Amino acid sequence: MAEFLIGFGLPGWLAWTVAALVAAVLLLNVIAGGALVFIWAERKIAARIQDRLGPTRTGGRFGWLQSLADGIKLLAKEDLMPEDADGLLFRMAPYVSFCASFCAFIALPFAFDVVGQRLNVGVFFVVAVLGLEVFGVILAGYASASKWSLFGAMREAAQVVSYEVPLGMCVVLPVMLAGTMDLVTIGEKQSGWFINWYLFHDPFTFVVFWVYVTCAVASVNRAPFDLAEAESELVAGFHTEYSGLRWSFFFMAEYGSMFLVSALAAVLFLGGWNGPIPVAQLLGLSDGTGDSAAYAVRLLGLANLLGKATLGVLLMMWIRWTLPRLRIDQVMTTCLKYCTPIAAVMFAGAMLWQLLLPGGLLPGFSRPAGEIREGWLEGPGGRPAGSAAGGQERVKEPLRGSQAQSAAEAGAGVDSGLATRSPR
Amino acid sequence: MTGTIRMDSIFTSVLLHLPAPTAPVVAAVDWHSVLFLLFAGLACGFAIAVVAAENVVRMALYLVFSLAATAGLFFLAGADFLGAMQLMIYVGGTLVLLVFGVMLTAQAPLVSIKPSASDRALAGIAGAALLAVLLAAAVSVDAWRKPGVGEIPSPTATPLGMALVGVRVDDPPAGAPLTGRSGYMLPFEIVSVHLLVVLVGAAYLARAKRRKTPRAIDVLASSDPPSQGAVLAAAVPAVRTTSGAGGKSALLGGGH
Repeated sequence: MAEFLIGFGLPGWLAWTVAALVAAVLLLNVIAGGALVFIWAERKIAARIQDRLGPTRTGGRFGWLQSLADGIKLLAKEDLMPEDADGLLFRMAPYVSFCASFCAFIALPFAFDVVGQRLNVGVFFVVAVLGLEVFGVILAGYASASKWSLFGAMREAAQVVSYEVPLGMCVVLPVMLAGTMDLVTIGEKQSGWFINWYLFHDPFTFVVFWVYVTCAVASVNRAPFDLAEAESELVAGFHTEYSGLRWSFFFMAEYGSMFLVSALAAVLFLGGWNGPIPVAQLLGLSDGTGDSAAYAVRLLGLANLLGKATLGVLLMMWIRWTLPRLRIDQVMTTCLKYCTPIAAVMFAGAMLWQLLLPGGLLPGFSRPAGEIREGWLEGPGGRPAGSAAGGQERVKEPLRGSQAQSAAEAGAGVDSGLATRSPR
Repeated sequence: MTGTIRMDSIFTSVLLHLPAPTAPVVAAVDWHSVLFLLFAGLACGFAIAVVAAENVVRMALYLVFSLAATAGLFFLAGADFLGAMQLMIYVGGTLVLLVFGVMLTAQAPLVSIKPSASDRALAGIAGAALLAVLLAAAVSVDAWRKPGVGEIPSPTATPLGMALVGVRVDDPPAGAPLTGRSGYMLPFEIVSVHLLVVLVGAAYLARAKRRKTPRAIDVLASSDPPSQGAVLAAAVPAVRTTSGAGGKSALLGGGH
């Protein structure tokens, strides 16, 4: 986009600034707009599950303007702060939470190459940043100078720190299958029919997906893992003392994180922006080229990913209004005694599966054998499909070749070293 | 000592080369320099704030910001993996520090920490000395004074991973034999085993405390010495009241 603006005669530095601002504002709107829609959806879903109607009047039919009305109400609310509160931290906490949620979106791809900043370690970055959201919660709990808030924050800290372990293990599986941590490449490797999704790659990934769902719900602090704001015990947990716009920042962060983990699940397990049926490929279109057809395909991919992520968020709402809240010991048991061992066993299983059946159960169905690994293990010939199509991979071809060569030499060196050693 | 330098060399070689997308060639505003100064200023400013603050929780928070700004510097230099690691390990690890700070200062006495003037002076001298040494060392390296140019080792995760399993992907020192032992596999394995030991130790220390069941032999020692049959009879209720490993130890204790 910056190049496009430079083409219009803008100076380079201004073009880059505008491009960065556009990306940032778009991502901000994903969170804000998403929260607007999801809060309304949550009201309606909760109502339906509890055999009510939910909002019906605001904005005409279905109460679709309810979230906007809520927003105006929140804007007009008095901004309260307890007398004993640590003012600086109290004011800062909502922004810390929101910033962490927002930053993780930078590395999330929405369609092929539609990503704020394509990172070589995208998965890792998203998981790392997502774990920082808890800072805001702890600060809020501490700075409020209220015992309910503090209890909530401490629970949240214990929970999030524990659940990062199985979550990381679940995320490693698709990374292992794809051979890269780049989210764009991971998504691109699942292109084709839905059978290519990593969810259906082998039984182990299928099981680990559900472990991921559990851990994701826990890590974004949603019911049945919402101990930090257990209404029946802690008034409202860490945000007891918050009101108005500050409170709404916490909620935007929560809905942003929900959307983020759902989108991450979609990219890692559910084929990302590739639909169940490869319509574009059947029509002979590609999203890698630069023409307008490619943009249409990317738009379709965007719709795909947003749809999958929305389904994930709706699933979380369904879970929330169905299951009762767990006790803290049950939360820890679920994490340490179930999720972590299951994820570890599934990791080993998927590794063995990959060794024994590298082509899958249906050889030659639609998974090209040459694209399973990243290029440097295959030698100079093989390149992942995404980089071949988009030309976005910044690896230079000779570098790959020399790496593979040096790896081979290193292997040979080990052999010769052993051979020379053995006579002694 | 040489080991440390080798470990660093792969990072510094990554750090010194700037990637194309984050470093646009611009005339009016060099965003790369601006962002570098911004992040560096944030890191230094919050580092000073950590020292100057009097509240433990605020100190931990400033430390988080300082470390996060350092992660920003790493990203700016194109070291994605290092930056994400910084976020995960350092910033995420400070979380535990923050929790401890909260737990310690939720009561009144420790809310404010005011070091005495002599403490401040002593810490200032120590800090200034360390800073002087580091500055001198940093300035003395010729290669660090020039702006980084050259080939971009772009995907940082793959070479690092390969290096950790024993394949040298950076330039090996002249004359070094090209064997599989030239990578960083040994340090990697030592560190992972070390971490495993720490994990097992932590699990051992934090395990649920078993209910203290008096061993039959202790019970008997406090009363009159009975016959061997009475020892076994005393051991039976102890086994019943406990379960699992606790029951086993009670049984073993009774059998002595």
